[in-house]
Amino acid sequence: MTPDLLVQVVVSGLLIGFVFALISVGLTLIFGVMDIVNFAHGEFLMLAMFAAFWLYALFAVDPVFSVLVCGPLLFVVGVLTHKLLIRHILNAPMLAQIFCTFGLSVFLKSLAQFLWGPNFRSITEPLLGGRIEVLGVFFGLPQVAAAVGAVLATGAVYLLIYRTELGRALQATSEDRQTAALMGIDTERMFTLAWGIGAACVGVAGALLSMFYYIYPEVGAVFALTSYVVVALGGFGSVTGAFIGGLIIGLVQVVAGFISPAFKMVVVYLVYMAVILWRPQGLFGRW
Amino acid sequence: MESVTLRVLDVWAGYEGSLALMGLSLEVRTGQVVALVGANGAGKTTTLRVISGLVRPEAGQVLFEGRRVDGLKPHQITALGIAHVPEGRRIFGRLSVLDNLYLGAFVRRDPAERRRNLERVFSLFPVLYERKNQVAGTLSGGEQQMLAIGRGLMLSPKLLILDEPSLGLAPRMVDRIFDAIAEIKRQGTTVLLVEQNLVEALELADYGYVLQTGRVVLEGPGARLLESEIIRSAYLGL
Ligand SMILES: Nc1ncnc2c1ncn2[C@@H]1O[C@H](COP(=O)(O)OP(=O)(O)OP(=O)(O)O)[C@@H](O)[C@H]1O
Ligand SMILES: [Mg+2]
Repeated sequence: MTPDLLVQVVVSGLLIGFVFALISVGLTLIFGVMDIVNFAHGEFLMLAMFAAFWLYALFAVDPVFSVLVCGPLLFVVGVLTHKLLIRHILNAPMLAQIFCTFGLSVFLKSLAQFLWGPNFRSITEPLLGGRIEVLGVFFGLPQVAAAVGAVLATGAVYLLIYRTELGRALQATSEDRQTAALMGIDTERMFTLAWGIGAACVGVAGALLSMFYYIYPEVGAVFALTSYVVVALGGFGSVTGAFIGGLIIGLVQVVAGFISPAFKMVVVYLVYMAVILWRPQGLFGRW
Repeated sequence: MESVTLRVLDVWAGYEGSLALMGLSLEVRTGQVVALVGANGAGKTTTLRVISGLVRPEAGQVLFEGRRVDGLKPHQITALGIAHVPEGRRIFGRLSVLDNLYLGAFVRRDPAERRRNLERVFSLFPVLYERKNQVAGTLSGGEQQMLAIGRGLMLSPKLLILDEPSLGLAPRMVDRIFDAIAEIKRQGTTVLLVEQNLVEALELADYGYVLQTGRVVLEGPGARLLESEIIRSAYLGL
């Protein structure tokens, strides 16, 4: 490997890794507070990508700007998911909870098929097109922009959770609901907030990805699968873990893809299994 | 006339089918320490959980400062000024000592009030100051109990509820916890105390209730209860 190529592969891995990290932070936040895995996380992402696409196609709003709409839009989707669905199955058996979010994922995919058809779409002329030079190597500008956006969004979520009163209440609710309520925390509000923020993460990620990725009803699965690996690798419920895990999986995927594109996911799962055998709770897991 | 902070009236409550409280009534006068004692499973914890809204009574009333609070959510009851320090401490083990204390003050946003309460807690339990940045889960059992009580005090509670604060602690630590409760009483905070350490609790308490299978079977000033036949034979084995 020449030094240039090394920089190319490592930086590409980190760029996509930042986006994985943002998606996974959303997933791990919902899990951490609710103890529920959102199997519709990928479909939330897909919805955000379509939202960005239609804002572009119908109103000529570039994703650079529509990201500011997609984040809040998915926040609302997350809140509605909690209010209309999750709230009613909080004390249901685990299997019922799994089928609930899994069913939501199937529903959203079918809805997208029905409304927009199975076609692959893309944003043909993003505002940030072309390539830029980093350390003597060229990278797609949309990819770099997406990574920067993802870092900013992840940083904002991090600050919210670890540096604000509201974040402290979220952490307390995540650790012990009942005692959190005794502190005067409206835990029902915290659940709603976790769903809102968790979905807003993919809202932002979806808009960023729409700048360079195909948009179609099944697109969520590609990223959802990766984010489940990231979250398990980083430790369920750990925000730091999701961030570091995202970067690791981004790197592994790009390096493996460079060596053998057909096997890149195989390598991802191998790394995952190796870590899980060595540390079943994940890198930053708490049990 | 003495005023009453809390009044529990003919409360019936239970868990899926089994009744734990059957017509329980009690009263906590302002500024007093009231002890609630009784055997395992008598319904002491359930009583406290009804007061703080964690268990909804099937019948009866809970009045706090003359206002009905049964039916309110736990966070609403906390906001009125009832701090419930639960059985088993239940500190947030993954968060720092300071974070735990600030969580106790979640509904008290005034910075000056927070600072005052923090000083009060640290002067009561200096070890918490030394460990303020430590992860709470790494504290010893006694220190965790101090943190749980301190967290309750951060609310500036009008009523502090303590559920077996000395449970599982070494004798020396039990003494320190009781000293702290005595100091809290001296500072004028109203306390409802559930304890297994009968003698210490009743010596400290202005008034006491003895619970048996969900009912009050005996009540009176703490010192007098200690001399009563039921207590001496059934609980102290004298
Ligand atoms: N979560 C629960 N589900 C079902 N039954 C319960 C539950 N908690 C308590 N009980 C039952 O309710 C009754 C009263 O229990 P409670 O915890 O109030 O007693 P206690 O006086 O606090 O006892 P201890 O000294 O053991 O703490 C007991 O018979 C107990 O078995
Ligand atoms: Mg008890």
